[in-house]
Amino acid sequence: MSKKHEVASREPLIRMSKRDGIPTWKSIGVRLIGLALALIVCAVIIYSLTKLNPLKVYAAMFKGTFGTNKRVWVTIRDIVMLLCIAVGLAPAFKMRFWNIGAEGQILVGGIAAAACMIYLGKSLPSFALIVVMFFGSMVAGGIWGTIPAVFKARWNANETLFTLMMNYVAIQLTSFFVAKWENPFGSNTVGVINQMTKAGWFPPVFGQMYTLNVIIVAVLTVAMFLYLRYSKHGYEIAVVGESENTARYAAINVKTVIKRTMAVSGAICGIAGFIAVAGASHTISTSTAGGRGFTAIIVAWLAKFNTFTMIAISALIVFLEKGAIEIASQFDLNDFVSEMITGIILFFILGSEFFINYKIRFRGGKKEAGK
Amino acid sequence: MESSIAIRMVNITKTFGEVVANNKVCLDINQSEILALLGENGSGKTTLMNMLAGIYFPDSGEIFINGKAVTIASPKIAFDLHIGMIHQHFKLVDVLTAAENIILGLNETTVVDVKHVREAVKEICNRYGFVVDPDKKVYDMSVSEKQTLEIVKVLYRGADILILDEPTAVLTPQETQKLFCVMRNMKEDGKSIIIITHKLHEVMEISDRVAVLRKGFHIGDVPTSETNAMKLTEMMVGRAVSLDIERSVPVNPKPKLVVKNLTVCDSDGINRLSNVDFTAYGGEILGVAGISGSGQKELLEAIAGLQYCQSCSSIEFLPEKGEKKQLSGMHPIDIKRLGVALAFVPEDRLGMGLVGSMDLTDNMMLRSYQDGPGPFADRKKPKQLAETVVKELEVVTPGLSTPVRRLSGGNVQKVLVGREIAMQPQLLMSAYAVRGLDINTSYNIYHLLNEQKKRGAAVIFVGEDLDVLLELCDRIMVLCSGRVNDIVDARTTTKDEVGYLMTYLKEGKTNHEQKA
Repeated sequence: MSKKHEVASREPLIRMSKRDGIPTWKSIGVRLIGLALALIVCAVIIYSLTKLNPLKVYAAMFKGTFGTNKRVWVTIRDIVMLLCIAVGLAPAFKMRFWNIGAEGQILVGGIAAAACMIYLGKSLPSFALIVVMFFGSMVAGGIWGTIPAVFKARWNANETLFTLMMNYVAIQLTSFFVAKWENPFGSNTVGVINQMTKAGWFPPVFGQMYTLNVIIVAVLTVAMFLYLRYSKHGYEIAVVGESENTARYAAINVKTVIKRTMAVSGAICGIAGFIAVAGASHTISTSTAGGRGFTAIIVAWLAKFNTFTMIAISALIVFLEKGAIEIASQFDLNDFVSEMITGIILFFILGSEFFINYKIRFRGGKKEAGK
Repeated sequence: MESSIAIRMVNITKTFGEVVANNKVCLDINQSEILALLGENGSGKTTLMNMLAGIYFPDSGEIFINGKAVTIASPKIAFDLHIGMIHQHFKLVDVLTAAENIILGLNETTVVDVKHVREAVKEICNRYGFVVDPDKKVYDMSVSEKQTLEIVKVLYRGADILILDEPTAVLTPQETQKLFCVMRNMKEDGKSIIIITHKLHEVMEISDRVAVLRKGFHIGDVPTSETNAMKLTEMMVGRAVSLDIERSVPVNPKPKLVVKNLTVCDSDGINRLSNVDFTAYGGEILGVAGISGSGQKELLEAIAGLQYCQSCSSIEFLPEKGEKKQLSGMHPIDIKRLGVALAFVPEDRLGMGLVGSMDLTDNMMLRSYQDGPGPFADRKKPKQLAETVVKELEVVTPGLSTPVRRLSGGNVQKVLVGREIAMQPQLLMSAYAVRGLDINTSYNIYHLLNEQKKRGAAVIFVGEDLDVLLELCDRIMVLCSGRVNDIVDARTTTKDEVGYLMTYLKEGKTNHEQKA
């Protein structure tokens, strides 16, 4: 026992305590340091594994993302796509409704958009067609999101599994329509829809292909920010997410809020599908969502549902993806190296959240580590 | 005398952010002694004890155990030093049995010998007079049984110094007596016991010495035999506080709420309330007494529209003007639409009455966020209300944008009561409104309830402290197993009578049930 006492009489080497709050500049500083450290660690690993100059590798990543004017716009297009989905997921996750079904909601939105292009492309003027596509996708995504919400509200069905399974239904549905709209016959793809007439394609605005994508998503981002922070609905979402008991006590109709919020969430993901079809690929396939419905969950959580913070996080993730593809092809590395880099950077970003919330103190000294 | 000091804490300081929870606290605990640690909410009692239990680590200061300097860096080390703490919120695993909970976390490398554990538990029980069934699952246990299990758990681990954080807050008077009996047995056995409590009469009854903390400072300690409740209150609060609860005669009482045949079933089909009949009058405080779990929660929630009641039930609300309104079978939304000003301070403050992660302003909105036109919520009025509540009820908070979860228990309750009273209720229901609150805050709450009574509101006060019920209320309704056993006049009844009504259902009541 006495031996234990001796052990016990030493102060622990490292202690952590929760911070009471941290000034904004400091928290940004911690994040920047985290990013810098991540780059240094990546550099060491790149060098030790491949003997390449890490600076050149980083330069290549940058070039892959922003190298040419076209690349810049493709990057922006991908950022707003990811952002749009994250904005759609924000209300659901704020309500602690685990909407894993963004993939499916995007796909049905995309199907609705493609259907409008194929069946109405000749009969409607371009502007009207785009408006119809917008609302069609919104309604389709909204319905897809509301179905699990109804089951949750009525029978308390687990929404995580339900939304996840709805993804597979949506994928099958997409396969069915791809087969139905196959063009040319036997290619097993839909091909570029309305290639000649460009009906239903986003028109270039200010001479740029993707300006409309940016405008739509910017409006959604601002609107969602206001909705969550200042509206009565946003308040209800926050209360339901925190405690259903409190919500019932406060005379909030929990079931209505669940259904309504998922309708909004699904509708915005449906709009993302519309943008993917009308504003980017001009076709539909089972990979139209391409896993972004899952990546967007990371974006939404990291941003703590602040839609403006989501812009920065979407940008970072898209930058990493683009850069990774570029270095993989330029230096003839396989994909794993680039994925490692992405992983290391995300690890350090998440790690800096820890240092923002906690203080670390070392034994003996009054030294307080800021990081 | 030096040898008899079990723990000596010297100049202990602990800060959380900018808040100084303990400021150079020096405290001695002797062997074979029951020390009561007294102080208002947020005075740093629990923080100080958590440092002994290894949950927090002091910023500065020294701790000596049996004269030896120690550093308690983790709960594990606290166990090795024979310190055991029984927390306010039990730390038990519901699906395991008592015996399994006891050995949980002991990291025994050998195969666990349940038989041996059982015998050891039995031995501890016999020595101190506990009753614990080692094979009973925790989810089948009453609050009192769980607490007993927690104590046996720390004794099994060899604790010589026991810290009990507000152990009596959840116990009935009878259970409290049992606990005190056990504590005295442990003291005889040479153990040191620290008890944190707010109830002065318990301090006077059980402790040998009292140490008082105020705002993180150690004010002093006195032998219990040389002090009294008045003096202790003065030490705690820093000024003299009257310990009498005012009670005015109800003025012009009119029926406000007429409840007939109220019956509530839980999800297993068991009657939680059976044929409850009573009338609450405006300008009167109706107390509700009963052993915990006798249907108090269901009663209030049924009136508030949060519990489904059987179709035979009738809850009629009679407003000042206009027709009477039937509340039975209504949702809170419907009740709100009817314009019934019904204030409800629920038992679970942060789980039902407030949203812990939201700040004061947003919590003020909880009842009124729908007011005003347009899709956007108005935050100006709630902000003003928050300012008023903070000022008038003396809520201690860093600011209006602090999440209420960060406030101490008493301040959380002030925020909740303040909001409910602000809606000018015609009916005010409160469940365990002063649970865990210090004397000063408790009296503030009693005063607020009295004000509502004078305003003409019908006040329903579910309480657990019989002394308070007898002093504060006009009539007391005693619940027993979900039935109204009797409604007595609080001015003429006695504690014994109410205690008896709480435990023994009258003959006629059971017959009535059989007929029904």
